[in-house]
Amino acid sequence: MKTKKTTNIRITGLGGMGILKGSQILAEVLFQAGYDVKKAEVHGMSQRGGSVASDIRFGEKILSPMIPASETDFLLVVAPEEIEIHRGALRPGGILINAQSFDTVPLPNRKSLNIAMLGVLSRHLDIPVEAWQKVIRTVFPEKLQAVNLEAFETGRRLPQ
Amino acid sequence: MTTQLLLSGNEAIALGALHAGCARGTGYPGTPSTEILEHYDRLGGAAEWAPNEKVAAEVALGVAFAGARAMVTMKHVGLNVAADVLFTCAYSGIQGALVFVVADDPGLASSQDEQDTRRYGLAAGVPVIEPSDSQESYDFTRLAFTLSARWKIPVILRMTTRVSHTTAIVQPSDKIEAPISPHFVRDIPGRVMIPGHARIKHRELRAKLRDIQDWCETEGPNQLLPGTPAMGIVSCGVASQHAREACPEASLLKLGMTYPLPFKLILGFLENKSQRFVVEENDPFLVEQIRAAGGDVPWNPEQYRMGELNVERVRRILKGDSTPEPVPARGRPPRLCNACPHGYVFDMLKKHDCIVAGDIGCYTLAALPPLSAMDSQICMGASIGVGLGLRHVLPEAEARRVVSVIGDSTFMHSGLTGVAEMVFNPPPTGHVLIVLDNLTTAMTGQQEHPATGRKLDHTPTTRILIEDVVKAMGVKTVLVLDPVRQLAELESAVMKALQSNDLTVIVARQPCLLAAGRIRSYEKSSPTNP
Ligand code: SF4
Repeated sequence: MKTKKTTNIRITGLGGMGILKGSQILAEVLFQAGYDVKKAEVHGMSQRGGSVASDIRFGEKILSPMIPASETDFLLVVAPEEIEIHRGALRPGGILINAQSFDTVPLPNRKSLNIAMLGVLSRHLDIPVEAWQKVIRTVFPEKLQAVNLEAFETGRRLPQ
Repeated sequence: MTTQLLLSGNEAIALGALHAGCARGTGYPGTPSTEILEHYDRLGGAAEWAPNEKVAAEVALGVAFAGARAMVTMKHVGLNVAADVLFTCAYSGIQGALVFVVADDPGLASSQDEQDTRRYGLAAGVPVIEPSDSQESYDFTRLAFTLSARWKIPVILRMTTRVSHTTAIVQPSDKIEAPISPHFVRDIPGRVMIPGHARIKHRELRAKLRDIQDWCETEGPNQLLPGTPAMGIVSCGVASQHAREACPEASLLKLGMTYPLPFKLILGFLENKSQRFVVEENDPFLVEQIRAAGGDVPWNPEQYRMGELNVERVRRILKGDSTPEPVPARGRPPRLCNACPHGYVFDMLKKHDCIVAGDIGCYTLAALPPLSAMDSQICMGASIGVGLGLRHVLPEAEARRVVSVIGDSTFMHSGLTGVAEMVFNPPPTGHVLIVLDNLTTAMTGQQEHPATGRKLDHTPTTRILIEDVVKAMGVKTVLVLDPVRQLAELESAVMKALQSNDLTVIVARQPCLLAAGRIRSYEKSSPTNP
C-alpha cells in the first residue's frame, strides 16, 4: 500500500559530505517504488564547504519542489553544526536523524556516513531493503559498493 | 511508450534538444545552466564551450543559418553578453531553429544580480517559454525548437535555478526527430542587416510576433487548472507549482509562454473573478503587461520581487501581507578551499594594502572576511577596465596600489579587450594585472576553456597561452609564476611593478586543488601543447 499523502525529507550537511549523493539515492529509490518524487537542491559553490541542503518530497502528486516551512517529516543532519539552521523546518512530531548517533558506532569508512543515515531512514519508509541495495549498487563504482552497503546496513540496524 | 526517467530540469533540456534534432549545443558555463551542455555531451550530442556567450550565440546562429537546429545555453547575465546577437537575429530570423536557453537566478544562489530574462524577450521581440518542472523542461524545449523552426525566429527558454536543479519524473516522447541535413541557401536581404534590409525585417518580425500571439491564445502551452470561480491566479514557471500547492481551491491560469502573452485568454480568465492575483518570480513582468492590456490585477508588495518564491511566500502574497518576513537562517557560506592557490595571492595583496579590482570566479570569495581582499566585482572582465579607471583618476599614491585580478576562464571570456584598452590607453602610473590561472573554470565545476587546451569533452585542442597573448598585444613585462612555490618572487614582482610606470601582467599559475587530479589524468591520456 503506497501512501497517498506527501512525505517530506530534508538531507543537510556541508559541501563534500555526500549530501547530493545521498539525496540522489533516496530519490531514485522512491522513483523506482512508483511514487511521484521531486528533489530540489541549490548547488553552485557546494564543493567549497558551504552548507548544502536537499529537499526530497514524494507521494501521489508533488507540486512545489521545496518543503513548506515546518512540514519536514524526516530531517537528516549529516553535519551536527547544521542542526539549528534546520530544526524549525521539522513538523511537530517529525523525526530527526542526527549524525551524532554514529559517534560511537564503527563505520567501515566515515565517508559513508551519508549512506549510514539513509539506513536509519529506511526503517521508517515502506520500501524493501533490496530496492535500496540495488540503487546503492548502481550509483557507486564497484570498489565502493561493499563499504556503502555495509554502512547502510549499520544504519538500518542502529538501535532506536 | 518510452520509460520514465528521473531528470533535473537541465538534464531534461539536454534530452529534449537531442530528441528535437538539435545539431549543436554551444554555451559558456554559468550556474544554474552549466549541466545542460555537459549532459547533452554525455547523451552523444555535439556540445562545445565557447569563449563567451556572445560567441556561443553567434556559432549557434551560424548553425541555424545553415538550416540546422541549434541551442545556446547561458545564465541570465550571459544574455547581457549575447544581447547584441539576440536583438538583431530576431530581425534576420533563422533558417533551421535557434533556442536560447537562459537560466535566471531569483534569490541569487550564485550570481551578481536578479535580472529577469523575460524583459529581454519583450525588448528584442523574441518569444519566451517558461517550464515549471522537469517534464515541461523536456516538452517545452521541444516546443521551442518547433516554434523556432515554424516561424524562423529565435526562441528563449527561460529557466530558473529551482527548475534547473530540481529532479523530477520525465516521460520522454517516443517521437524523435532526426537532425536536418544542413545546406546553404543564400539570403542576402534576410541576413545582412544593413538599414535597408533591417527596416523590412523589423516589420516582418512584428508580423511574426502577432501570428505567434494568435497561436498562443488558442494553442499555446497554457493550462487552466479549475477551481472556485471567485478567485483567479495567473502564474508561470515554478511559482505556479507553489501557487497550486498554497491555494489548491483557486482557479489557476498557468502560462507556459510569457512573451508574447495571450491577452484575450488572460482577460477572459480574470473576468468575473472577484479576487485576482498574479504570482510570479522576479520582476512584476506579468503584472505590468496585464495591466497595460487593461487587466485589473494588483501589484504585489515589492518584497516579493526579491528572492525565490515558495509556498509560504505565495500564501503571504495571496493575503496581501507586506509585513517583514522571517529571515531564513543562513548556513555556512562557501569559502575558498583550504590551501587554494588563490588564497596565497590575496594574502599578499592584502599585506600590501592593494586596491583590488576583482572579477568573477572562486576568487571572488576573497572579498569576504577574514580575507576581505577584493574591492570590486561587477561583471565578467570588469577587473581590468575598472582597475584602469581607478588608476586614471586616483591620486598617484593611491593609483599605485591598484591591481586588477582576473581568473583564466574569465580572462578568455572578457579579459582580452580589457588588455587591449590597457595597452591602448595606459594610465600614467602604468598598471598591474594578475591572471589567476588555475587551469580550469573552477567555480562552475571545472569546465574547460580556450586556455586549458581541452574541449568540453576534455579531448585536446590547441591551447592558447595567456602569456603569449598579452605579449603579442604589447605588454612589455609578462611573468609566469607559481603562487604557491614562488610566492616570494611573485610578491617582489608585484612590488616592483607597482613602483614602475609600466604595464605588467603576471600569470599566477597553479591548478585548482579540486581539479588537479583530473587535469593530470587528462594530460596523461593526451598531453596538450605546449
Ligand atoms: S575549487 Fe579550486 S579554485 Fe575554487 S576555491 Fe577550491 S581550490 Fe580554489
